[in-house]
Formats: sequence, structure tokens, C-alpha cells
Amino acid sequence: MMTNPTGRLTQGQFSFLPDLTDPEITAQIQYGLDKGYAWSVEYTDDPHPRNTYWEMYGMPMFDLQDAAGVMMELQACRQTFPQHYIRLMAFDSTRGVETITMSFIVNRPATEHGFGLARQEVHGRSMRYTVHSYATDKPEAERYT
Amino acid sequence: MSQPLYVIPGSTTAITAPMVPEASPARTVGEVLAQSQVESVLDELGRDLVGLVPVKQRIADIAALLVIDRLRAQHGLQAQAPSLHMCFTGNPGTGKTTVALRMAQILHRLGYVRKGHVVSVTRDDLVGQYIGHTAPKTKEVLKKAMGGVLFIDEAYYLYRPENERDYGQEAIEILLQVMENQRDDLVVILAGYKDRMDTFFQSNPGMRSRIAHHLDFPDYSRDELLLIGDRMLAESHYHFAPGARDTFDAYLQRRLQQPHFANARSVRNALDRIRLRQASRLYSERDRVLDAQALSTLDASDILASRVFNEVQP
Repeated sequence: MMTNPTGRLTQGQFSFLPDLTDPEITAQIQYGLDKGYAWSVEYTDDPHPRNTYWEMYGMPMFDLQDAAGVMMELQACRQTFPQHYIRLMAFDSTRGVETITMSFIVNRPATEHGFGLARQEVHGRSMRYTVHSYATDKPEAERYT
Repeated sequence: MSQPLYVIPGSTTAITAPMVPEASPARTVGEVLAQSQVESVLDELGRDLVGLVPVKQRIADIAALLVIDRLRAQHGLQAQAPSLHMCFTGNPGTGKTTVALRMAQILHRLGYVRKGHVVSVTRDDLVGQYIGHTAPKTKEVLKKAMGGVLFIDEAYYLYRPENERDYGQEAIEILLQVMENQRDDLVVILAGYKDRMDTFFQSNPGMRSRIAHHLDFPDYSRDELLLIGDRMLAESHYHFAPGARDTFDAYLQRRLQQPHFANARSVRNALDRIRLRQASRLYSERDRVLDAQALSTLDASDILASRVFNEVQP
């Protein structure tokens, strides 16, 4: 891919950097907690850019003080889904904001299949283009094995 | 770093990186104490809490161990982090919760726990109502307590031997696992009455062996209870009229013989009732001008009106 020569999924924060190490992730989580955000863990094996809502791994974690709690949940998710994309999201519940303020990928499959361009001929010689994830050619749970 | 990292367009002041003074490594016990300010908490503990000599001694020992560990770490003498899970046993009103709060402060100042908050829970917060409800509930509480102290009040209720399908066992297992694997992140303090905690530990030997410190809170003597009463009154700006303190002593003597005496908690309740009687005594004197002195004095008659004086003979 021209725009993504490393063939890595680039969604959310830090996605053009090398993978964050666990201490780095812990530091990011602690930063969010100090700001009063609620963290949650999500996973998916369908990383299409329009797939906004990934599967939740447990409930969002409100009222936490220390990053160790979120890391515990993340480790449990990694153990369950070692070959899935996993991301951490921070929800800011401030009135008027009430949205996700941080989101970054913390786990990737060993090989990332990337995306292809799908063309569709319509109305004579007009073309329609869409992005197609190679991973989704396989059924769920077999996509990154 | 004298060169600014970047300049905001339109701004005239250059960005200077904040200078953080490098803390010199402590070499003596005194320096560690000065840096961590743990001594003030220990002093407060000694000053504010009446009696409890064995408990204070144990806490001082734990603090000493942590200070020495800090010094050892600077010489590269790494030791495994000590297990600091504790069990507080004692009769009601002997100050278990109060000491747990102080303990969190001390551990935080010594850098043993990162945040130093206390999450106080009972069986209801840990054990679910149906299958599959307990594990997420327990884990949620554990996650909230990470970086601080998890205080489980009346912990023996977690285990109900009469019901073999009770979900309490599941909560205990998760608890044990986290206590073992994440002792850097979390300190668990169990509290409860002595005899019932003993039966609890007998049926959960794994729990007993993972708790390093078993602190037994002794009952207060009558003199100590009087002192506690004095402090409670001073805190809420009351004082005894001349002779009333002896009357209160006589009240305590009788109250101690009655069942369900809950140490400091009973003293607090007794004082609350005495305040009620003082209020209604003053209320009945419609035309009297009440100054601060009159409003804050508890008379012997307020104490003597208690039914304890009719029921119990010394």
C-alpha cells in the first residue's frame, strides 16, 4: 500500500509509532485516569476503518485510581484473544464532552492482512470504489490464525 | 535543554523545560523518614489513638522494615517485595477501620502502594447473586482498589460453610489469586471478630498462609474509654461539668457489665445520648440566657438520667 508502507493498521493514537511497551501503556492509562477518564478494552478481528464499534471486553471501568486495574483487564483480554486487534479507549464523562477522548491499539495479530480496493461497475462504465478487508474473506475467529 | 522544542506562532516567550531537582538518594534512616514524611503519620497514630499498644508496635515494625528495604534497594540489595496483606481481628469498636485508614497513609508515604486510597467493602460488594455474577463483581472491586488498600469488613461472611453452592468461595479464589500475583499493586486487609475469623481461616488455609500480619485489637480498659470519651467531646466542643467525668466513669463501669458493649462505638453512642439530654434540659429553660459555656457543658444530671443506672448495680 502506498500510504501505509509498513502494512500496519493505523487507527487511533500512536499508530504510526512502534508498538507501545507495557510500561508505556501503563503511563498512558495513568495519564487518562488522572484526568478522570473511564477506560475500556475492546477487541475485533474486522479492522475495517468504518467498523467503529468493536466488541467490548467487559464493562467500561469507572472509579479507578491506578493503571494496574486496567492492565489486569488488558492482560486477560490478550490471553483470550492473542490474535485479535485490541484497543484501549478513554471515555470523558465531563458534561458537554461525554465522548471518547483517547483510543489506541495495544495488540495486533502477528500478520496483518491489510485492505484491498474493490471496484464495482455501475451505470455503464461508471466505477464505484470501496475498501475491502482481506481478513473478512474468512469466517469469524479464523481470520488471523 | 535550553533550546525550545517548538514555538507557538505569535508567542514571544521561549519554552523552557522545567528543571526537576534530582533527589539525592537517602543514606540514613532519618533521611528516608524525612523524604517520605512517614514519621508524622506514625506520630499522629500514636497521639490520636488511645491504647492499642500491640497494634502500634506492629505498625512501627512494618514501617521500619519498609524503610530498611528502601535503603537496601539503593545498594542493589533487591529483596522480594514483602507481603503486606493483613488481618485485623478484635471486638466491635476497637478501631479496626480507623487503623486501616492510617495504614493506607503509611504505606503510601513509604511508596509501597502508589495511591494510598482505601476501598472498603463487605460481602455484598464481592459476591454476586447468580452464577457468573461473582467473578466480574469481585474483579471490579479489585480493579478499583488497585494502587491502594482493599479493606474487607467482616470477611468471614465470605465463606458460608452451611451452603456448599455459595458463591463466596469463588470470590475468595479470585481474591487469593490477585493477592498472590499482584502484591505490588494491592494490599488486602481483612477485618472481623476474632473467633469467627479463626473459623474462617480454618476452612480457608490458603487465605491464612497468604496473610503475613495478624493483628489482634485488644479491648479498651475503662481508663482508655474515658480518655476516648474526652477526645470525642473535645472534637465536638463539649466538656464535662465538674464531677460529671466521675459520673461518666461510673456509667462506663455499669455499661461494661451489660452485654453488647462495643468499646469506642458504645462510648460515642452514650455521648450522643448525653448530648440529647443536655439539649432538652436547656430547651426546657425558656427564659435563660445561654452563653457558650452553658451550651457546651454536660452536667452530671444528663448522665445520671441514663437507664443504665437503674438497671445495673455496680
